[in-house]
Amino acid sequence: MRLNRVAEAAAAEPAAAGNQAESVKRGVLGTTASRELPVVLAGAAIAEKLILHVFLVNCSDKAQEDAPLLTAPQEFVLVSGPDRADTGQGIPEFKDPRFLVLPGGRPRTVRRTWLDTFDWRLFRAGLTLELVAGRSTAELVLTGCDGEQVAAEPAADPPIRWPCRLDQLPAGPLRERLVPVLGVRALLPVARATSALAELRAVNADEKTIAILALDQMRVARPAGAGTCGAPPARLSVRPLRGYQAQAAKLAAALALTTGVDQATESPFEAAVAATGRRPGDYTGKLDVRLTGAMPASLALGTVLGRLFDTALANLPGTMADIDTEFLHDLRVCVRRTRSVLKAAAPVLPGGLLDRYRPEFKWLGDLTTPTRDFDVYILQYPAMRQALRAASESELEPFLHFLQRRRAAAFRQLVTGLRSARFKSLAAGWRADLERLTSVPPSRRYAADAYAATTIARAHRRVLRDGQAITPASPPQALHELRKRCKELRYLIEVFASLRDQAEQARAISELKTLQDCLGEFQDTDVQSAELRVFANAMMADRSAPAETLLAMGEIAGALAVRQAAARQEFARLFAGFCGPHGRAGIEALTKARS
Amino acid sequence: MKVIATYNIKGGVGKTATAVNIACLAASEGYRVLLWDLDPQAAATFLFRVRPKVKGGGKALIAGKRPVDDAIKATDFDNLDLLPADFTYRHLDLHLDSERKSGTRLRNLITPLRRQYDLIVLDCPPSISLLSENVLQAADLLLVPLIPTTLSVRTLDQLTGFIAGFDGRRPQILAFFSMLDRRKRLHTETVEQLPAERKDLAAAWIPALSVIERMSVQRAPVTATAPRSQAARHYRELWAETRKRANLPPPAAVG
Ligand SMILES: Nc1ncnc2c1ncn2[C@@H]1O[C@H](COP(=O)(O)OP(=O)(O)OP(=O)(O)O)[C@@H](O)[C@H]1O
Ligand SMILES: [Mg+2]
Repeated sequence: MRLNRVAEAAAAEPAAAGNQAESVKRGVLGTTASRELPVVLAGAAIAEKLILHVFLVNCSDKAQEDAPLLTAPQEFVLVSGPDRADTGQGIPEFKDPRFLVLPGGRPRTVRRTWLDTFDWRLFRAGLTLELVAGRSTAELVLTGCDGEQVAAEPAADPPIRWPCRLDQLPAGPLRERLVPVLGVRALLPVARATSALAELRAVNADEKTIAILALDQMRVARPAGAGTCGAPPARLSVRPLRGYQAQAAKLAAALALTTGVDQATESPFEAAVAATGRRPGDYTGKLDVRLTGAMPASLALGTVLGRLFDTALANLPGTMADIDTEFLHDLRVCVRRTRSVLKAAAPVLPGGLLDRYRPEFKWLGDLTTPTRDFDVYILQYPAMRQALRAASESELEPFLHFLQRRRAAAFRQLVTGLRSARFKSLAAGWRADLERLTSVPPSRRYAADAYAATTIARAHRRVLRDGQAITPASPPQALHELRKRCKELRYLIEVFASLRDQAEQARAISELKTLQDCLGEFQDTDVQSAELRVFANAMMADRSAPAETLLAMGEIAGALAVRQAAARQEFARLFAGFCGPHGRAGIEALTKARS
Repeated sequence: MKVIATYNIKGGVGKTATAVNIACLAASEGYRVLLWDLDPQAAATFLFRVRPKVKGGGKALIAGKRPVDDAIKATDFDNLDLLPADFTYRHLDLHLDSERKSGTRLRNLITPLRRQYDLIVLDCPPSISLLSENVLQAADLLLVPLIPTTLSVRTLDQLTGFIAGFDGRRPQILAFFSMLDRRKRLHTETVEQLPAERKDLAAAWIPALSVIERMSVQRAPVTATAPRSQAARHYRELWAETRKRANLPPPAAVG
């Protein structure tokens, strides 16, 4: 029950106006002292000061027809500490008090954990996911932009361990709502806090509650290790009750005028994340560097490479802990982008640097490939299984187990590589050399803008040349090579994105993307059917699968062949468009220097 | 959604005391409950400290000029809302009469509330009138408090007869002894003489207790202020029987 009328029954005798303040005071202290919650006490002390003043506000509970209504909770922060003398001042005093504030339910403490993916997918989608745990209960609560609840799910039994992938969450509407937002990403705790919560009731002359005042004093936990790293100002929220929204609006308006009480500008989630020294959305897999056209090209490349390296390192712990497949994916994208930049950097960066690092980054890229290949297989497994016509789903299962075993072996090798001396010296050396690169006076031969124009133009010419050489008789390898050229072009466009017009940039990317998707489909299906044969042989050799499984895999090989043939046909049509005047113009718009 | 009405032609038998406690218990179990105080004396409204005022009065409400939604007030208890009484409810018969389908007007008014509430409790004034007919049409179950006298049993028989002859929906009847005083011989005799197997008579009963009387001083249901009291226990038993008879599924399953 929300309210504890029992506790107040004693205090409910109508008090004379003069000692009402006194009884309110007793009420607040009485509730908190018995619970030995120092935090609530501090919060209640602030609230008590406030109450004594708010109580003087002349808010008649007779609402006018067109009076403004408070339709959703309004949030405030108590900016001054409990010791500040002027808290609660600034409210005009009236002779005719109509509201009184009484203690509500029992104060309680909850542990809160906010969750999001490493790349803040929930935050970017305007959602907040919070695990709220009391003494014996726990609930996952998903809220939208305005704090309105979207879904909730009990989560006490069994307790959820973080990080947690979607399939490890309790099934239900909450999980369904998360599926399209999270994709393959796992949920990680982004902030933890404890909140001491207390409720007060604003009542009218009949002692009927007209709004709930909820007090929340939060202590944010240090991200690693014990202890707290901050206590954002206490929050006070005015929650209207049905049929009393006009009175709640008046109360909120009075609070807004009070010294020490400010409108809350951030959500508890944002406040908690800020206390840990972070900012929601502070990681993105996208390359967001700001370059200027006049910047020397070597400095521009140094900046880009530095950012790519930061992103790669940010994904390293998640990759090694195998939290979800996207860490490795993003790490690989950084490595590939780095390699593309290095490949095009010959005129600008010192030759020694390129000679040293190009083989190292190739090694790093190759190190990550086997694990990623198995990840792709395993991610596609549900779709493969669903597409089976002749075989039953369970017949394919040994194939999944085979993939999982191989993946585990590949992953061990990956981790060994990432812990090796070779990787350590690559990382340390690269960081130092990049720093040197951006501090040494750069060669003046190229400004970033002109360099961007020529490298993009060159990469574009290569795509056109290689693509036009492809005939229906060309081997698959020719298309794979063309795919690489397209990737190089794509990365260069992205690297220099901040130097180009947004719209032109978007058009060029979409031009390229359709072609890339088709080439990707062609290569994936080609590689996978080849691998499938290898796997089938291996499974035969180690007798890890019955004949039914191999038959089911045959079906998959058949489906792959159909897709591959379709992609090849599609390629001819798409590439003709890419070479046509419209397609060319799209890319060429980016190859003109601005200055 | 189910509709339960506390009903008796006679006054002062415990209709309001029952309505508020039943509503409060249901809400505490997680049902979303609306209590509609149909009595211009506004006893239930007073108990929940709400002002007995409906904008536009009973006339606008019955005529549909003002949405029922707008008149609803949150009580101080989770899941329990109140549609307050208004002094103009004393003309409710007149207002109902001027409607086209005057007998089912109340039912039509509460139908749109199905999505918001699992249970609607109607607290009726004592009388036989057009309002009573409306209540009979709207309710799934009539909860009838009886003070244990020979007369009161006759009242129940009369009511049963009246409803049997009623053409339209016929609500179930669940009568129970109210304000039962074991020290009064008449009370114990009446209870003993009554055949125990009467289907329309509940096994649960409400004793005459001063805590129940004091609800009007405390202005809160006794089941909330003193949940461990004897009074609360009896109301809980009555609620359990009522819920079963009304076929109300557990709160999680209602929608
Ligand atoms: N079980 C009980 N024990 C003692 N007093 C009771 C009990 N039930 C009700 N009363 C008291 O008896 C009086 C009438 O009760 P109540 O208002 O519930 O009856 P009612 O049938 O709703 O009356 P009305 O017909 O006037 O609406 C009230 O003062 C109430 O406090
Ligand atoms: Mg009554």
